[in-house]
Amino acid sequence: MNRIKQKLQEDKKILSIYFSAGYPNLDDTVKIIHDLETSGVDLIEIGLPFSDPLADGPTIQESSTAALKNGMNTALLFEQLKDIRKTVSIPLILMGYFNPVLQYGVEEFCAQCEEIGIDGLILPDLPLDVYKEEYEDIFKKHGLINVFLITPQTSDERIKAIDDASEGFIYMVSSASTTGAKQGFGSEQSEYFNRIANMELNNPQIVGFGISNAETFEQATQKAKGAIIGSAFIKHLTANGVNAIDDFVKQIR
Amino acid sequence: MKSYHADERGYYGEFGGAFIPEMLYPNCEELRQNYLSIMEEPSFKEEFHQLLKDYVGRPTPLYFAKRLSERYNTKIYLKREDLCHTGAHKVNNTIGQILMAKKLGKNRIIAETGAGQHGVATATVCALMGIQCVVYMGEIDIARQAPNVARMKMLGAEVRPATSGSKTLKDATNEAIRDWINNPVDTHYIIGSVVGPHPYPDMVARFQSVISEEIKNQLQEKEGRENPDYVVACVGGGSNAAGAYYHYLDVPEVGIIAVEAAGKGIDSGESAATSALGKVGIIHGSKTLLMQTQDGQITEPYSISAGLDYPGVGPMHAHLYASGRGEFISITDDDAMKAGLELCKLEGIIPAIESSHALAIFEDRKFGPDDVVVVNLSGRGDKDLQNYIDYFKL
Ligand SMILES: Cc1ncc(COP(=O)(O)O)c(C=O)c1O
Repeated sequence: MNRIKQKLQEDKKILSIYFSAGYPNLDDTVKIIHDLETSGVDLIEIGLPFSDPLADGPTIQESSTAALKNGMNTALLFEQLKDIRKTVSIPLILMGYFNPVLQYGVEEFCAQCEEIGIDGLILPDLPLDVYKEEYEDIFKKHGLINVFLITPQTSDERIKAIDDASEGFIYMVSSASTTGAKQGFGSEQSEYFNRIANMELNNPQIVGFGISNAETFEQATQKAKGAIIGSAFIKHLTANGVNAIDDFVKQIR
Repeated sequence: MKSYHADERGYYGEFGGAFIPEMLYPNCEELRQNYLSIMEEPSFKEEFHQLLKDYVGRPTPLYFAKRLSERYNTKIYLKREDLCHTGAHKVNNTIGQILMAKKLGKNRIIAETGAGQHGVATATVCALMGIQCVVYMGEIDIARQAPNVARMKMLGAEVRPATSGSKTLKDATNEAIRDWINNPVDTHYIIGSVVGPHPYPDMVARFQSVISEEIKNQLQEKEGRENPDYVVACVGGGSNAAGAYYHYLDVPEVGIIAVEAAGKGIDSGESAATSALGKVGIIHGSKTLLMQTQDGQITEPYSISAGLDYPGVGPMHAHLYASGRGEFISITDDDAMKAGLELCKLEGIIPAIESSHALAIFEDRKFGPDDVVVVNLSGRGDKDLQNYIDYFKL
């Protein structure tokens, strides 16, 4: 069974951490993954850096730019990850923009992911209809879960269509924003969290954007299955380097 | 019959579509569902055409350039978009989109700009309608286009520097898109060319199509026929070209010539000739040709003309290129500047450097003496004066 699906069956709230591969240093990727696993994180999203990350706020823009400057690219990331399954068992997701995947070749990209032991992909600018028409078969053939996003503006009808097309979890963007833009949640978010919870979707939801500490993690996971931290973790890496990852995770839960 | 227009889903052949994150879906979907029906509304049409006439100054003349024609031994007509209010064709689109925004009930406008022409055209229509306007502009472009920054400010717009990435047009576009993600309800994004996710390329092309509509009528009057042998336009994102080609796209006897900026030469590493140097990919929500690394990172183009300095090209043009319907020519900085100065001397018209690229093809691309060649003169050269001064040491 796909490691993501297995993890989602556990009776606990999921803590997922995002980082940009190749940041702060080109060769930190494997160490970051190891340390996140040993400190008790449930799921890891490895960011494939892109020159024009239009859904991201300044923090992830900067880490992406720095990673590219450090020399990160798709082929190198696959190279760094080739033995990762010898030492870690945590579910791994690659998150990035569609163009680098398209240039690598979607079929080859998915085949590489399978060989390495990647469990899923999040490609925010690969739209639902294009995925279904052109790529779903390829993703499935290679055992990859494709994760879709929903936002407070997504209509119920579309959420249902996304739920039907999903087979893992739904990435619930907490507010109308780019990553790292908002701090904390207000009444608008609780309404949205309730609305989605009441829809009784087939797939569990994991909340992302705007989660930075124990309090926001707790708020986000009252209804949802889990939450994702990105910008706050990257800021931690910027300030403390890669040697204090455990400290960061421990302050979340 | 094969058509070179967008299909219902916003595809030109394999190019186009809407490759957008879910955060942008409601905005684009709202526009997609409404743009055609709004453009068909009589009240919309009337206001649009009234403003084009009384405010923009349309129809712009189709001028037979006698001395230029003699010089190149063919019949050259210039479509005088340089005479539009604000100095370029850009305003045709911003008039259309501000009316669209009003119909959609939006009360805040955002836009991206490179050289500042589209920013000025957007600030202008926002002033006209009394709507709040925020223009994103790369930090580097702000420094090199000071007069247009001042114009936008005088017109009441807020100019926000884009400080990410390479700090130029593509980054300004990223910032505008990010703004739209963060303001999904009250804001309309006025894109400045036939780029971006569906329905933008088609909508902008329709607003610009007034150019070829007028050419047809004017040519009928002057030559007794609606169809020229060739239509020539420069292509940055491709909006002036899309407008000039629009009513001729599916008329095979009309040759379509697209002129891109070669910068310092196609192989110099400093170029913006997307058709020659680009590969299929995704930029700003559209599947099209774009300049990128092997790894799929978007690269920074170069041209002396800021308006042609975009690493992609609208999906309509990618399709015209890939299908062979369009003839693509690239022109270097030097040849464009020379052609710009030549137009000054022969016709008493100072063209925008973008438009000078289209004028420069006559040196090498020969036409028959009876061929009717319409060149879209997309803008005037006032904004480029400093560039001309520096280049020619005037
Ligand atoms: C005068 C002029 N021509 C052409 C362009 C290029 O844009 P497009 O290719 O969309 O017409 C610009 C853009 O700023 C411009 O100002």
